[in-house]
Amino acid sequence: MDVLEKLTILTDAAKYDAACTSSGGTRTAKKGYIGNTSTASAGCCHTFSADGRCVTLLKVLLTNRCVYDCKYCVNRRSNETRRAAFTPEELADLTIQFYRRNYIEGLFLSSGVFRSPDYTTELMIRTLALLREEYRFNGYIHAKAIPGTSPELVERLGFLADRLSVNIELPSEAGLKSLAPDKTKGAILTPMRQIQTRGQQSREELIKYRHAPRFAPAGQSTQLIVGATRDTDFHILRLTQGLYDRYRLKRVFYSAYVPVVEHALLPAKDVKPPLLREHRLYQADWLLRFYGFRAEELLDEGNQDFDTRVDPKCSWALAHLDFFPVEVNSAAYETLLRIPGVGVTSARRILSARRVGPLHIDNLKKLGVVMKRAQYFLTASGKMAEGLRFTPDSLLRGLIAAERPLLPQQEAVQLSLFDPAGT
Amino acid sequence: MDVIYHYDGSFDGFLSCVFDSYVYKEIPAGFSSGEDGVFTLFDSRTVLTVPDHAARVLRKVTALSPEAALLLRRGFLTCLPDKEPCLFRLVSKLLREGPGFLRNRSDETLFPVVKAVQHLHGEVHLLKGFVRFSDLGGVLGGEIEPKNRVLPVLGGHFTARFHNERFFLYDRTHKEALFHVPGQSVIRPLADFQMAPPDETEAHYRLLWKCFYDTIAIKERENPRLRMSNMPKRYWNTMTEFQGEDWFRPQSSPEAVSGPGAPAGISAPETLPPRGPSAPASGL
Repeated sequence: MDVLEKLTILTDAAKYDAACTSSGGTRTAKKGYIGNTSTASAGCCHTFSADGRCVTLLKVLLTNRCVYDCKYCVNRRSNETRRAAFTPEELADLTIQFYRRNYIEGLFLSSGVFRSPDYTTELMIRTLALLREEYRFNGYIHAKAIPGTSPELVERLGFLADRLSVNIELPSEAGLKSLAPDKTKGAILTPMRQIQTRGQQSREELIKYRHAPRFAPAGQSTQLIVGATRDTDFHILRLTQGLYDRYRLKRVFYSAYVPVVEHALLPAKDVKPPLLREHRLYQADWLLRFYGFRAEELLDEGNQDFDTRVDPKCSWALAHLDFFPVEVNSAAYETLLRIPGVGVTSARRILSARRVGPLHIDNLKKLGVVMKRAQYFLTASGKMAEGLRFTPDSLLRGLIAAERPLLPQQEAVQLSLFDPAGT
Repeated sequence: MDVIYHYDGSFDGFLSCVFDSYVYKEIPAGFSSGEDGVFTLFDSRTVLTVPDHAARVLRKVTALSPEAALLLRRGFLTCLPDKEPCLFRLVSKLLREGPGFLRNRSDETLFPVVKAVQHLHGEVHLLKGFVRFSDLGGVLGGEIEPKNRVLPVLGGHFTARFHNERFFLYDRTHKEALFHVPGQSVIRPLADFQMAPPDETEAHYRLLWKCFYDTIAIKERENPRLRMSNMPKRYWNTMTEFQGEDWFRPQSSPEAVSGPGAPAGISAPETLPPRGPSAPASGL
């Protein structure tokens, strides 16, 4: 089988993994080595695929042979699909040649479980060692830690890669039991904890010794599949919050489940992937990481799922109308961040600009505030936007209309302007 | 009283204009450079580029605010239609009022400049990813079609990343190219350039990339609108994955197209090209 065919099979098998970022890397150009990692905090997208998702890394599996039989996965043992495997040499050459041509930012290496987790991880280590040591590759590498791998191998992997990830996939233990009988919660969380403590230790060593080896300097991430099981948004968001708090994850990715197989326990094959739900979860994820929100503020036992009509921040604002309007000339940074339409950047700009003189409504747009949403929730020098009249009802309609053109088209059809509030 | 300043189009030239306007105590009604715009109703003054004058202006601006100096350098690279008057107003306001107003992005003098610079930086950021190199017998070559003059800013990224490689990057819009050999890089004007067709190996990797690109998309999630807003179509021209069949056909194969007067692929630069007229404001 030639490389072109292998690349097709192993890319096709890897594409459902959502994580494709190159952020958090700290490698600077080094003499005798090729490459560095992007200095931009947001990473660097090299192209966008037809589904609009960013392509940063060469995202492939080492092999799609797998001893596991997870029901939701295209690579499960019982699925009849073509199997292939890269040799470490082929993959290293492909990475370097793509990198030189600026097609990619680095390598994202994942794999099916071939023979055993340890055997697979050893193959991955061989590939990465070849890249780092023979080809002197100094770009970004993201590697998957396979649940059940022995700690020594995870340790070795972490010194070669920039970021490690262990995919949780199913957000609850019940889901795991029924759909991924070969995996357990314990087997997933053990390497996560190891990566966290080892990373912490490495950072402490770096303070003492400048040239101490770096263990996964870009931290770790994970992925949750949305829509394969019945878990609610509240459950998923609380799990996410726990992962950020207790495991210090850099990112949690959400992947709308694309029905690839017919199975009694899974959504039918003609069900559309829940893209809007995925979108809302990402919005809420940002609120947790950058806006100081807690999962319990956004959802609760009574409200387990996100409102499909407005984004989570607007939804929170509508439920806390007594918090508004906020006066931009005097409010604290944390308060500014609560206004829909004001983000981290525009809040900082407001702080800086108001030191020069009082701000008025017409300054705000130039500072990056999205007035379509923000106008209902703020005052500047005591005044709201001129001629703005609204009732709670028209407020909701205004917010829905402001976001609507930005949503995935197929989902937007489901929205109706005339749904009564609070359903 | 109203007078148009005619200068050579370089950054130093512009700074000399600023200098002269203080010497003659006048506010230029407009700026012109190159051949165009000499015939107007206004009087025109031809400003000679004096490096000493330029350095003095820049030193003063830097002393008042280093950020303003950076804004001035970057602002001069943007495609803002009336960048000279905008930058001139920024400098004179800075000299008149001090750097306080720079904190307020919504300031009416500052805003057009920061917005243009933001556009430049956005383009640079996208191009860091969207540039495509071809291996032409050991030398990497790429082309871009940016709106702003991005090379002085973008160049630093690629010279750091590929410091051991020899490469060039041609800017079709502004007809200039960045040349890099290990340890050295320059930007030089280059009137015309055509990429040589690929050899077997190059064509092979192009095809592998195209195949990766086509496979990685999830059919059930197809969303052309989202792709277009993330990656506007004007960048597609120079990207491998959007090229027609010819792009993937190696030179040596019989059906390879060779246009009349064989495209002049640039000769592999063992050394840097001879020092021609320096590109304006290069090496920032």
